[in-house]
Amino acid sequence: MTSSSSNKSPENAVNSASELTAGKRLRASDVAPWMFLGPALIIFSIYVLFPVLQSIWLSFFEWDGLGEKTFIGFGNYVELFDSDQFWTALTNNIMWMVLFMLAPPMGLAIALFLNQQVYGIRLVKALFFFPFVISQVVVGLVFSWFYDPSFGVLNSVITFFGGDPVSILADEDLVTYGIIAAGLWPQIAYCMILYLTGLNNLNHEQLEAARLDNAKGWKMLWYIVLPQLRPATFIAIVVTVIGALRSFDLVATMTAGGPWGSSTVLAYMMYEESIFNYRMGYGAAVAVVLFLIMDIYIAYFLWRMIRSEK
Amino acid sequence: MYPRPIEKASAFTNISYRVALPISIVLWLLPLLAVMATSVRSLNDINQGNYWGWPSEWMLIENYTQVFTSTPMFQYLMNSLIITLPAVAGCVALSTMAGFALAKYNFKANIWIFATFIAGNFVPFQILMIPVRDLTIQFGLYDTHWALILFHVAFQTGFCTLFMRNFIVGLPTELIESARVEGVSEFKIFWHIVLPLVKPATAALAVLVFTFIWNDFFWALVLVQSDEVRPVTAGLSALQGQWLASWQLISAGAVVAALPPVILFFTMQRHFIAGLTLGATKG
Repeated sequence: MTSSSSNKSPENAVNSASELTAGKRLRASDVAPWMFLGPALIIFSIYVLFPVLQSIWLSFFEWDGLGEKTFIGFGNYVELFDSDQFWTALTNNIMWMVLFMLAPPMGLAIALFLNQQVYGIRLVKALFFFPFVISQVVVGLVFSWFYDPSFGVLNSVITFFGGDPVSILADEDLVTYGIIAAGLWPQIAYCMILYLTGLNNLNHEQLEAARLDNAKGWKMLWYIVLPQLRPATFIAIVVTVIGALRSFDLVATMTAGGPWGSSTVLAYMMYEESIFNYRMGYGAAVAVVLFLIMDIYIAYFLWRMIRSEK
Repeated sequence: MYPRPIEKASAFTNISYRVALPISIVLWLLPLLAVMATSVRSLNDINQGNYWGWPSEWMLIENYTQVFTSTPMFQYLMNSLIITLPAVAGCVALSTMAGFALAKYNFKANIWIFATFIAGNFVPFQILMIPVRDLTIQFGLYDTHWALILFHVAFQTGFCTLFMRNFIVGLPTELIESARVEGVSEFKIFWHIVLPLVKPATAALAVLVFTFIWNDFFWALVLVQSDEVRPVTAGLSALQGQWLASWQLISAGAVVAALPPVILFFTMQRHFIAGLTLGATKG
């Protein structure tokens, strides 16, 4: 066997005293990782890795899902960039990303508010986290009810103050804001938990030193606390961007993209084109665009991670 | 501690804080409380516009019984269990093995395989949709529980491997090496040394992944369609269309659908949060 190459790994160098048994062990620990990885790698490749490539491939074809596939090159993309619906969806996705960026600071604000040790605070924190635990379908239902023009809580409040009821989910200009607000609810909860964990691990000596130097208020937060919370902020931003780009459940349950496609996002548009309009190739092209946008963040995240591993 | 402990503030601030806490919870959970209140009202109340007044009669038991007797909600809940439990077991098992391989063996492709699992975990579902749907149809699994079980095992294995790998990295390597010197086989090392040590982590992971899979909606729309297979998320969404006027029933259904992950969360809170905040304190 190639004992010279295997000897490089430190755990085996210890064993090289006995040539024969060492040889056997070396072989075992060369093969072993692949035995352990095998099942996960195989199923992950079948269901995740290959489908990504297949979708990219498929986006160059005209296909109804049943009949022949016709190769049309960039045809789907050309049509896509000419379509108003696509630009509406993309604009909405950008709105999601921009407004979702409220989640980390709001999560931080709530975390700062709750980071005390008073009676019952654990239950309070758990209740604040609550929206993240329940399904987005339920969140969507809850908010549809909340927004309902004839009996929703929101309109009860508006009419109480003398305003006219608004039908948020039926209003082309308001609908996306309404859905994003619903999406922010669990997202803020998630960010809050990330920051609460971060606040638990602050460096006390640094805080005390800063306090002795009379640092307080915003300065304390900005110069002393926030730099220490950077890992939490990083993860909060990553999960928030991914969450914004993945928005599907709420759009599907609250409006199905309506009224007249005004609240659709790329994820929902893709589903609609493929499942309802039987345009698999065109749908795949939408998915590829979404995937490419997401790749920027995936690549950045991986780059950070690999750098920290080395 | 940051911010300063409230006990050290003035008595006024201290008391205001304690009063503000319950008020803030009510405001934060207002939409949810509204739905819970609705789920115990009578249809009469709803038809007459009594949404916010005291319910004219309490229909707690009636409404929740009716959800189970006149809708397929029970079937949906069972489907969710049938799908979620094996899927959780599957991805915890696969990812514990894969996590061990990535954490305790040095081989060339190690970090790249790890990165692949993580990247796959962030991919938008839509880029997988058409091929996974085709594959499921080809396997003859479309509209069966297996369609969802297999997909969830595969997809969640990405996140779970990240989780298990990071946990196993922290286990003492000396223990594994000394077993190796004794001539213990790699599989026995995994079974007798690693598995007992990762038990707490697998519990945490199981809770978290249970919630993810239970709450899945997209794949439930794409891979199954009949009431006999549909999990509770897709079922609830279908009910919403059929029972448009019966808000008290839909609300009760929503509460029932949300309950299992909520109960799990409250009983296993610490584990749950440890999983979600993985990497939030260093890196």
